Amino acid sequence: MNAVVVSRRQFLKASTAVGGGLILEFSLANEAFAQPQGAEVTHWVEIHPDDRVVIMIARSEMGQGSLTGLAQLVAEELDCDWSKVSYEFVSPNEHIRRKRIWGSMSTGGSAGVRTSQEYLRKSGAAAREMLVAAAATQWEAQVADCSAASSWITHNPTGKKLSYGQVAAAAANLQTPKDVKLRDPKDWKIAGKPMKRLELADKVTGKPIFGVDVVLPGMLYASVAQCPVFLGKVKSVDSAEAEKMRGVKGVVKAGNFVAVVADNWWRANQALKKVNVQWDEGEYGKASDETIMASFREGLAATGLPTARVTGDTQAALASAAKVVEAEYYSPYMSHATMEPMTGTAWFKDDGTLDVWTSTQNAEASMAAASEASGLPLDKVEVHKTMLGGGFGRRGAPQDFVTQCVTIAKQFPGKPVKMLWSREEDMQHGFYRPASLVRMRGGLDEKGNVLALHTTVACPSILALLRPEGIDKGIDFTAVRSLSDMTYTIPHQRVEYAMRNGHVPVGFWRAPGLQNAFYRECFIDELAHAAGKDPLEFRLAMLKDGDKNRLVLQAAAKAAGWGEALPAGVFRGIAQADGFGSYTAQVAEVSVKDGAIKVHRIVLAIDSGYVVNPDTCRAQGEGNVIFNLGSLTEGHTIKDGRIAESNFHDFRLPNITQMPPKVEVVLVPTGGFWGGHGEPGALCLVPAVLNAVFAATGKRVRKLPLKDGDVRKA
Amino acid sequence: MVKLIVNGRAVSVDVEPEMPLLWVLRDELKMEGTKFGCGIAQCGACTVLVDGQAVRSCVVPASTVAGKRIVTIEGLAEKGLTKVQQAWTDHDVPQCGYCQSGMIMAATALLAKKPDPTDAEIDAAMTNLCRCGTYARVRKAIHAAAGQAVAPAPAPVEAPNGQKI
Repeated sequence: MNAVVVSRRQFLKASTAVGGGLILEFSLANEAFAQPQGAEVTHWVEIHPDDRVVIMIARSEMGQGSLTGLAQLVAEELDCDWSKVSYEFVSPNEHIRRKRIWGSMSTGGSAGVRTSQEYLRKSGAAAREMLVAAAATQWEAQVADCSAASSWITHNPTGKKLSYGQVAAAAANLQTPKDVKLRDPKDWKIAGKPMKRLELADKVTGKPIFGVDVVLPGMLYASVAQCPVFLGKVKSVDSAEAEKMRGVKGVVKAGNFVAVVADNWWRANQALKKVNVQWDEGEYGKASDETIMASFREGLAATGLPTARVTGDTQAALASAAKVVEAEYYSPYMSHATMEPMTGTAWFKDDGTLDVWTSTQNAEASMAAASEASGLPLDKVEVHKTMLGGGFGRRGAPQDFVTQCVTIAKQFPGKPVKMLWSREEDMQHGFYRPASLVRMRGGLDEKGNVLALHTTVACPSILALLRPEGIDKGIDFTAVRSLSDMTYTIPHQRVEYAMRNGHVPVGFWRAPGLQNAFYRECFIDELAHAAGKDPLEFRLAMLKDGDKNRLVLQAAAKAAGWGEALPAGVFRGIAQADGFGSYTAQVAEVSVKDGAIKVHRIVLAIDSGYVVNPDTCRAQGEGNVIFNLGSLTEGHTIKDGRIAESNFHDFRLPNITQMPPKVEVVLVPTGGFWGGHGEPGALCLVPAVLNAVFAATGKRVRKLPLKDGDVRKA
Repeated sequence: MVKLIVNGRAVSVDVEPEMPLLWVLRDELKMEGTKFGCGIAQCGACTVLVDGQAVRSCVVPASTVAGKRIVTIEGLAEKGLTKVQQAWTDHDVPQCGYCQSGMIMAATALLAKKPDPTDAEIDAAMTNLCRCGTYARVRKAIHAAAGQAVAPAPAPVEAPNGQKI
């Protein structure tokens, strides 16, 4: 096994020898280069003679804290000294060469921790057993007489000690045990604790850790302009003036974009403005919000739509209901707006290999994109994964930024080229949260119980664009989530899906499908009001005993003091939904003045089964709150086939003034399952706030974004 | 040539006078701690100090700050961490971290001007954007750096699954 470690090291050293900047910084900050070499005890755990533990990380770190949580799980079972832990990102090239030994490199769906926790914990436990066995061999003692804790192995009868570093090389030569016992989370000492992020120091001192920070010798810089109308392409380019500008090295024309390459990004971008491009806008140059809405309306009116859920006889039940409530809800397209725009650096080296540095949620997908765009086989390609300046789903399934940077750099063999999108390009060339129009019809019986719920969803399909093999009988599960799988015990339910794919690219936006939680939970509130019942009691009556949604709803209500008196002018709203493996509920306290919503307090309860790091989990709750408060007041407009908004002056991200003074994240893990944290906290914010807005004003907000942020204009 | 004083060091750069300071720092001096976010002074990711004032370097022509004292995140602490960086660490402010250089520079400038800021003063001064939503902790860390009392981290409790978190 050691041989492989050496080969990875040799590769990294080769990279550093020719590189500077980021690679060198990376090596100093994160990678263990000190001699002698560390030993790869298991493929996740490398231990150095000085007891330093390097934990391999296959997933990406984009702010959610997965990196640290993953390392905590390994370190917990390894039982090492946490202060000696550092990390190293897995090389995707080596990963593929070693038959994908590190499992999935994809980071999304709040799945980084929950879908790898078992093999990581087992690997840590196996490494601990191997270290103990190596020490026992050295002492010529029985393994049963030895124990391990905090990077030391003790021979219990004599009290003799050996450190992990002292036996790591011997341990690495042992068989990896298959059956290992994992600790009860009740006994965790490292996992489950609020450990500081392993990369925290780098992030408060401005270390060059992001994709955009790559510095390589002789590096060139590219700025890109893509056809503003989606699916359009370049018709003609006059770059004569641009090519004469200072520092410009060349102009690349390819398919749907033009790039200027220069010796400085600002120069490249200035020159790009002087390139006269004629675009072939294709057939969508006239598309607009109106044409898209018309296609959704046609979808809602269509018959014979695919069904995502059929329980009982909804039509008959609605016909016999004592009261029927009907409403239509709408959400706009939304961009991810990661603070770090799309970027990638590609370098076609003289030896026929290609290196790419990029902020990616899926380094293996980046490998595939780089291989395809370069025409090089995978073994000639390496992707160096950096920290991401935000991901939220933009940098996973779509790897357009990798394809583009490789396509550009291919024209400059031997030279590293760093491609960076302007904010305008980033905002106008995303893979947007789909706009959607949903009609809901609910029937109540004489006692005000919900008898039937009929929902029709009209929206573009993310899977149709990015993972068509995932469509099942006309259903994209991300388009009907929170409706097709809700646990309310409504006897008659029907969910239909009108897939109406437009030309605007759609993608996974933090908590894909969360618009449905907004619609559902606001509509349930409408039904509660129509039934004259308390919104909390109304929901609880529809959730079975033992349903974790019920428990988390009660936890949120209790923490928020549901039913207790509030200051004058402040009103509460409540919502619950599960998703991404976790159960969540939120209570919002809101006042409305002159049409403007002020959120005073959010209580967010979440049951993720287990909690691997309470601090980063709370941070995810806090972040999800403000991320989604922004969606009350912002959304994209489609005009002339393009995104009308271009930068943060006309697409306003939520700012500090909108952060509620109180955001309380209540962690109530009940055990027995592993849920996520990056997205579930997003689900209930909008409906909880809008239900509170209704309580405050009597006004139902069913269409977002709010024009001018004004409830009165809803 | 434009002559700049960056983190106490005099440097001459052969750039157009109108090249924004951000790109001089990033692409000419290879100081990558200051980030590009929007290019129109909306997000603050590029915030640096010029003669102690927080400025958005993406819209500041390099020639206009010639001879002035420019401080970037790399030069903020003479050694170790400043009290703002320490508060950022103590309160686990960063998530993705991309906006945090700018946030820390803006907070440093705020505290120099208002050593004892209220929430309202923090909200008014900290116009930097953070997509991850670290704002609550930004407020808390600024109060802590100012020496004001802040709510302690939640005490460990036993969760329904028996975990002590």
